[in-house]
Amino acid sequence: MRWVNRHVGRGDRLLLGAAPILLILLVYILMAASRHAANPADKILPLPGAMAQSMSALLFVPDQLTGQLLFWADTMASLQRLGIGLGVSTLMALIVGLALGALPPVRATLGPLVTGIAVIPPIALLPILFIALGLGETAKVALIIIGIAPVMIRDIAAHVAALPREQIIKAQTLGASSWQVIIRVALPQAMPRLLHAMRLALGPAWVFLISAEAIASDVGLGYRIFLVRRYLSMDVILPYVAWIAVLAIIMDVTLVFLSRRLFPWAHGESH
Amino acid sequence: MSTLLRFRDVWVEYGDRIIIEKLNLDIEQGSFASIVGPSGAGKSSFLRLILGQEAPRRGTIALDGEPLTPECGPDRGVVFQRYSVFPHLTALRNTILGMECEKAPLLGRLFGGARRAAEEEAVAMLEAVGLGHSLHLYPAQMSGGMQQRLAIAQALVKRPRILLLDEPFGALDPGIRADMHVLIRRLWREYSLTIVMVTHDIREAFTLGTRVLALDKRRHDPHAPHRFGATVVYDLPLRARQEEDLDQSENITIDENGNN
Repeated sequence: MRWVNRHVGRGDRLLLGAAPILLILLVYILMAASRHAANPADKILPLPGAMAQSMSALLFVPDQLTGQLLFWADTMASLQRLGIGLGVSTLMALIVGLALGALPPVRATLGPLVTGIAVIPPIALLPILFIALGLGETAKVALIIIGIAPVMIRDIAAHVAALPREQIIKAQTLGASSWQVIIRVALPQAMPRLLHAMRLALGPAWVFLISAEAIASDVGLGYRIFLVRRYLSMDVILPYVAWIAVLAIIMDVTLVFLSRRLFPWAHGESH
Repeated sequence: MSTLLRFRDVWVEYGDRIIIEKLNLDIEQGSFASIVGPSGAGKSSFLRLILGQEAPRRGTIALDGEPLTPECGPDRGVVFQRYSVFPHLTALRNTILGMECEKAPLLGRLFGGARRAAEEEAVAMLEAVGLGHSLHLYPAQMSGGMQQRLAIAQALVKRPRILLLDEPFGALDPGIRADMHVLIRRLWREYSLTIVMVTHDIREAFTLGTRVLALDKRRHDPHAPHRFGATVVYDLPLRARQEEDLDQSENITIDENGNN
């Protein structure tokens, strides 16, 4: 049987998907064990025991300086920045994207500006943000927004502009005004695409979050990783990276679930 | 019968390309005009003119004696070959959309009693097109024929002065197409519609229409084919057909009553 026709069942898919991950874990543990056999104080590839030990200090023991549980404080700070950045970007994408996509005069006016901002590498703007907004939360959130909002806006605008012309004409023959075309025809059909754009924007959003935290911060997942790098603390860095991956996957799965739940018509299922 | 749609010396040009030239045409109220013609003979431009998607370069078009505004409005209903229904709304919501737009300018949605009244009217219309059992289906769950039935109901619920059909049955199976022919002729009689249908199926044009208009270029310059536009070259009234229809209509009605 040809490989293109081989369909994998649910149980097999779980097994096959887990195999490479388990393999990498196994290789890591073997390499770590061999390094520790040569040098018991090795810091580059820590064993799971060492990771658990240093993580439990961050998880359960309050920090002497601030009195906070550092791991949870880092997580909350990062999630808050990410959430605000993503939320504001999504709202901008929806409002500006709909206007750009549905209204030709707005597209003519703002289209070039949005394109111009979208092609600037956001990290190049980071110094400007720090100078203009200071080193606080605003600059970090602003970096995320500048990084992902233009791409999301362009995506939604393109999606709305690509709605079949027939639909827009039909809506007008049903008596719809520009406003009604936007809220009854364009907006509902842009919503599944918006969730999709959020999924795609999550990756870059994390990049900009970690960058901003690495450069100027006093709490956050990215800050902690770059702080402990000075002590070669791979036993903290690796669990933190894994935690970021888990958070990102949870967000992605939630968005997929929401989209299927809220907009079944967009997924071609029997509802 | 009085004239509903009047074209006087209408020209459509794109740059130096002439699409429609010197079109003079009266379409009477209550007629079913089929438009046929080869590709590129301006059938779609003709339809876009009536829809108001574009304005003529020269000449006037009048609907009910009033000059036609070059913008789509609720006085003209339309059914396209595809994409005529909204994929994010169920059949019922698709049909009440027209009423919601008219009565709720800000929200575009009706609530409470107004909504129930609109839904009642929509259900009656959906039953008239044979979708009484599919009120809560999304278009993706419907066959092509059902989607076109929905598109027709959606347009008719606004009681348009004129219904435009742009190759509405072109993408359907022959069997379904025959059902749709019966449906559209019944609706045309029952609601006293005025219909303009563009089609490339000559048989369909003659089966359905009370009048067949053929658009084509009257003259042809082999060195500059774009310099002559199309106009109505044949205008065939099918009165005999119409009378025959009336006889049939009685039979059909009796049959339906008998079945009920």
